[in-house]
Amino acid sequence: MDNQFKDYQLPDERGHFEQFGGKYVPETLIPALEDLTQHYALAKVDLVFQTELSHLLKHYSGRETALYHATQISSELGFDIWLKREDLNHTGAHKINNALGQILLARRMGKKRIIAETGAGQHGVAVATVAARFGLECVVYMGEEDIRRQKLNVFRMNLLGAEIRPVSSGSKTLKDATNEAIRDWVTHVDTTYYLIGSTVGPHPYPMLVRDFQSVIGIEAKEQFAKQSGRNLPDRLVACVGGGSNAMGLFYPFLPEDVMIIGVEAAGKGLDSGEHAATLTEGEFGVLHGAASTLLQNEDGQVLLPHSISAGLDYPGVGPEHSYLKESGRVKYYTATDQEALDSFKWLSVKEGILPALESAHALAYLRQHDNGIKEGEQVIVCLSGRGDKDVHTVAEAFGINI
Amino acid sequence: MNRIKSLFLKSGEKLIPFLTAGYPNLNSTVELVCAAAEAGADMVEIGIPFSDPLADGPIIQKSSQRALGNGITLKLIFEQVKEIRTQTDVPIALMGYYNPILKMGHEQFLDNCVSAGVDGLILPDLPLDEAKSFCESAKLKDISPILLVAPNTTDDRIRKISELAGDLIYSVSMLGITGNNLASKNVLVSYLNRVRKHSVTPFIVGFGISTRNDVVWFNNYSDGAVVGSAIIKNMEENLTPIESTKELIRTLKGTK
Repeated sequence: MDNQFKDYQLPDERGHFEQFGGKYVPETLIPALEDLTQHYALAKVDLVFQTELSHLLKHYSGRETALYHATQISSELGFDIWLKREDLNHTGAHKINNALGQILLARRMGKKRIIAETGAGQHGVAVATVAARFGLECVVYMGEEDIRRQKLNVFRMNLLGAEIRPVSSGSKTLKDATNEAIRDWVTHVDTTYYLIGSTVGPHPYPMLVRDFQSVIGIEAKEQFAKQSGRNLPDRLVACVGGGSNAMGLFYPFLPEDVMIIGVEAAGKGLDSGEHAATLTEGEFGVLHGAASTLLQNEDGQVLLPHSISAGLDYPGVGPEHSYLKESGRVKYYTATDQEALDSFKWLSVKEGILPALESAHALAYLRQHDNGIKEGEQVIVCLSGRGDKDVHTVAEAFGINI
Repeated sequence: MNRIKSLFLKSGEKLIPFLTAGYPNLNSTVELVCAAAEAGADMVEIGIPFSDPLADGPIIQKSSQRALGNGITLKLIFEQVKEIRTQTDVPIALMGYYNPILKMGHEQFLDNCVSAGVDGLILPDLPLDEAKSFCESAKLKDISPILLVAPNTTDDRIRKISELAGDLIYSVSMLGITGNNLASKNVLVSYLNRVRKHSVTPFIVGFGISTRNDVVWFNNYSDGAVVGSAIIKNMEENLTPIESTKELIRTLKGTK
């Protein structure tokens, strides 16, 4: 097994996971990133900070979330499937874990204004929620195309008192919303906290988002031992867009003898060119402040990704995932739009749980013939969010008008 | 000696217009750069369009998107610079985001700069912390890496940045993106004096500079002024972009 992960300590102090990560940002943001790094280092070991965060996770978000032994699909497939129910969190996804952690940091740093980017709107809703709870001004950047696709979440954010700024540049989706959030941050860096929603962006974000999300894996490890009577699961599975729910589940297991699988969005198929399988098809590159893997053309221009799941529809991926792939510690598979839709329906019918379309990609892997899962294996799957937000998309895909 | 180094050995006011490569038309850049030089530009900054230009305001963003739509590529830009070099010796700096350069490869990119006749490079998303190996390779080939400093850069860091750059640095006038409004004069003066004191190289200033008065004022506190968004905006919906740009540069230079 990979002894190199027995005392895994990346990123290094410059924020690198070997050649990945770092801080590829305009000079204006460097002092802000250094400031954030210092505040986070103190908060991490501050008992008062950690106690307040645990309290909020428990009483505000409803943690711990269940680890549910999904017996119906387990008996169908012949191995044991344990669903880590992040969908049961307040606001309906794992995004709140990170939003709560970072809003406490923002308050500690004395910032009065919170900005965020959002694609599907799940992270935007989580940020609008915690900003409302802490009485802070909140501006969410969202691509015009995503606003059109996710009207419900836009309205939810409005109800929570956030201002939504439509982004009409570039492809009008998540990557452009991220550019615009960074431009806002460069301009208002003294007063504003940028609350990034995934394990992407310049150091220290990939590290601190991972740390705030690792509550998923820490809980799952304990729950699995208690409920199954075994030490460790055989395998972990999570979907990967930017990669925050996956890093949250994987991180506490990296030193253990557990196989780890990330599942990317293959969209309409890898050959179609319309997908978001960054690690599978992309190349080394720099986007949004970090060196990682990127869907790009031969001239280094960033390509437009496609996935039926807006949360996976991103041309980059967190730098730590690039590192984990390169080191061989984590294996990355893909699932198509169609496989995700089928699995969405499958889990709904079999277990009575509507999964987010993002999470449905992780479920789809379980049903692939070449997944290598052996009979009787113990598999933990991160059910990162609930599917209520996706019913319009799913209905449309099934040709149903609601 | 490289053209940028020679230029900044001379004292006196300097104007550096910015032009987006491939804008307004795929092949405008050769003629525009030559026209700018003829109208009195002391150096020209040519922007390499990128799909995700996160340090740029709406005007330059739009020009980049248009240029990419026109079909501009890094390879074409080098061909155009080569063509420009047959007509003028004006110092040329390419401004670009890091990813297209990384994709081409440091050495290949720098070799292309040398053979095309590029003198300097401005890379807004490659700060000191990540720039060391690239800057050293550039300097070995006598290309000036023009690193950036901002109003919130510490004194010590200004010195380190200028030491790594070697020939010239670029002071961003404000906390913000290209085309924003300028800060108050008092704030600017103390910032520019701080850069003057701690930089070991000459420095130019850019972001938000748009009028003849601005150009004069910034030259009093620095070694040159970059005008970007105002030049691009002047070409929007313009039937005679070359003539208009010439005229604007003469106005900015005070020769009109």
